[in-house]
Amino acid sequence: MNAQTEYALRFGDNALVLAQRCAAWVAHAPIMEEDVALANVALDLFGAAKLWLEYAGEIEGAGRDADALAFHRDSGAFHNVLLVEQPNGNFADTVVRGYLYDAWADLAWQALARSRDERIAAIAAKSAKETAYHLRRSEDWLLRLGDGTDVSHERAQHAVDELWRFTGELFWGDEVDAAMTAAAIGFDPASLRDPWFARVSTALGAATLTRPADGWMQRGGKQGVHSEALSYMLAEMQVLPRTYVGATW
Amino acid sequence: MSSRDWPLWEIFVRSENGLAHKHVGSLHAADAEMAVQHARDLYTRRNEGVSIWVVKSSDVVATDPAQSEAFFDPSEDKAYRHATFYHVPEGVKHL
Repeated sequence: MNAQTEYALRFGDNALVLAQRCAAWVAHAPIMEEDVALANVALDLFGAAKLWLEYAGEIEGAGRDADALAFHRDSGAFHNVLLVEQPNGNFADTVVRGYLYDAWADLAWQALARSRDERIAAIAAKSAKETAYHLRRSEDWLLRLGDGTDVSHERAQHAVDELWRFTGELFWGDEVDAAMTAAAIGFDPASLRDPWFARVSTALGAATLTRPADGWMQRGGKQGVHSEALSYMLAEMQVLPRTYVGATW
Repeated sequence: MSSRDWPLWEIFVRSENGLAHKHVGSLHAADAEMAVQHARDLYTRRNEGVSIWVVKSSDVVATDPAQSEAFFDPSEDKAYRHATFYHVPEGVKHL
């Protein structure tokens, strides 16, 4: 697989996996209004995933469309970061996971809007508006939960502590990133770290949450090495098109 | 946190510039800011709006149903108050 195909798959898979996670909240959210809000976020992300995967399929040139890539790949062929595949947990876990990703995605779209690849620049420009709203929402909830009741504070802090080790991967580049940066198609992941860190640190502080010390960081998702949680999620997501290949309605 | 603790908000959406905000429903939210966000997600997700107002339901002062007759019946037999005798020029949409 060439670098550009894998690059597009990484962004597409981030959106697809997080979308499926958010969609799993439907009918389970703590309040009906949040149910719809999470479904809206999921739908934005599914839409973005479709654009990325369609493009990845075109660059690959092997005749795979967005559906083929979404439903007929095993977890080892997914290139999302580990952060987005983490289980939903409680509402605070979902809020914090979303926030850490949204704050990164917001910066990523700004960087990709300057891409020499017009398709990528266009997808980034469209995603930027959607992510701006997701970020506003997740940052708002981070503040409410962190600076809320004793229970909400404790759960939000626990979520931050548990998820922090998956944030390092967002800023860790490999040869695919290097090739895309050299071609002025992509960006150097490390360049996003300082602005992300500044924004997240400020938000955590405002939410009376403690930023964990930068310890050991888990990585490998971008290269296809995932946690067990992703396999279970994909099994549920893919069962219908795999059982009834070509099914339509 | 449960819906029990959250006040009710009345939601008004302006569907396009030039029209008045119209009541579309109500929802629960912890405060006004959250009410606007929920309203955006619940009532404008199919491109229905260009502006949203939220008002705390408890701030709405309404007519008393027991007083309906005194309030509304006297206008029933005054058909001359309806502007039915004018021609509406073509192209006037929101009279």
